[in-house]
Amino acid sequence: MPKWFTPAAIVCGLMFAVAPLLIAQAPYESTMGLVQKIFYVHLPSAWVFLLSAIICGVASVRYLFGGNPRHDRLAWAAAELVVLFGAITLVTGPLWARKAWGVWWQWDVRLTSSLMGWMVAVAYMLLRKYGGPGSDKLAAGLALFGMANVPFIYISVNYWRTIHPTTNVVPTLPTSFGLPLWFSAVTFMVMYVLLLRLRVRLEEQRSRLDALYLSADN
Amino acid sequence: MFARIVWLVLRKDFTVEVRSLEIVTTALFFAVSCVLIFAFALVQEGRAPEGGAAGILWIAIAFAGTLALGRTFERERQSETLRALLLAPAARPAIYVGKLLGIVALLLGAELILVPLVALLFQAPLLSRPLWLAIILVLGTLGFAAVGTLFAAMLVRARSRDVLLPVLLYPITVPVIIAGVRATAALLQPEVDMAIISFWLALLTCFDVVFVTLALWTFEPLMTD
Repeated sequence: MPKWFTPAAIVCGLMFAVAPLLIAQAPYESTMGLVQKIFYVHLPSAWVFLLSAIICGVASVRYLFGGNPRHDRLAWAAAELVVLFGAITLVTGPLWARKAWGVWWQWDVRLTSSLMGWMVAVAYMLLRKYGGPGSDKLAAGLALFGMANVPFIYISVNYWRTIHPTTNVVPTLPTSFGLPLWFSAVTFMVMYVLLLRLRVRLEEQRSRLDALYLSADN
Repeated sequence: MFARIVWLVLRKDFTVEVRSLEIVTTALFFAVSCVLIFAFALVQEGRAPEGGAAGILWIAIAFAGTLALGRTFERERQSETLRALLLAPAARPAIYVGKLLGIVALLLGAELILVPLVALLFQAPLLSRPLWLAIILVLGTLGFAAVGTLFAAMLVRARSRDVLLPVLLYPITVPVIIAGVRATAALLQPEVDMAIISFWLALLTCFDVVFVTLALWTFEPLMTD
């Protein structure tokens, strides 16, 4: 493990301990009340979800055309975290939507494209798990197509009406809301980096073990 | 040279299919069964749901298409003919295009029977503007088959490929299904809004171009061991 891992893990743990206090002392939003506090989990996890999907896609393309197994391990680790943070986003979103919009789910552009992106990541995992030998290349191809798919889903669903808050909400937030938000965003980001490093390491050890088995066989 | 290889692959598939008629008959029967299941599920008190026909048509195409894709490449796998095809001194993209055109032709053939059937069973005026419907169907089928042919080809070597093909294919082809259903539904309205139809057709065209290009680009690295 790299030297920074343990201190970063301790800092991340402390930040996760402090974050609820910050979120609790943030003022209540006037129309939604307590439910609005889901926002401090929903938005950071959605950001990490998107970031991880981009990392997975870029690493997959590099693996497909470069063939370096490091990129493959990174893509796999990122895809798993897409599934994890996507699940958090997709669970916290409807909880909030039920209160804010009165419905659990809307076929709106962001919800639909997030769901489809998440499903591609799940398909990626299924392919890696059950595809057998050679599925690494196939999974990289899938990730490439999944990435190319995003704008199409976005445009096609954008043609319907949307009620999801837009991205320009965030910079205009007052400090009392903004501070806990940015704090938890940084916390999620640190946790993401830690998990990604851990997951890549697991794959590294696994491939090292495979190499050892192979050399023992010879 | 490229066109000749495409033609040869297409003719080979066509000859094999004409001799057995296996995929055409099974995929078509499957599609018709899908339509019937939807008819039983959705028709209440003898009345078909309004605007359901477009969705049912596209679901039947997607399901039958998956079946046809799986069978086409399963046949290539059984006697290792795909390996022989890839060993041939031919450009890989040409092989892909040949396979793609074969699948598209097969699906369009199935749609020739599906469309009147859906129109009949769901009292939908599908055939009132045959030219527009044909354009929508060709573009949608091409987009679906472009992704499907690549995925089915690369899954030939994978384990549990029968399950994985739909699992991988449907999330990726969602835009095609959305655009196809929306354009067909717009066509079924009493007052046809050409702006809506041309928007979805433009989206379908973009999708086709991007995904055929991507498939041609990745077919080589994906099919190399």
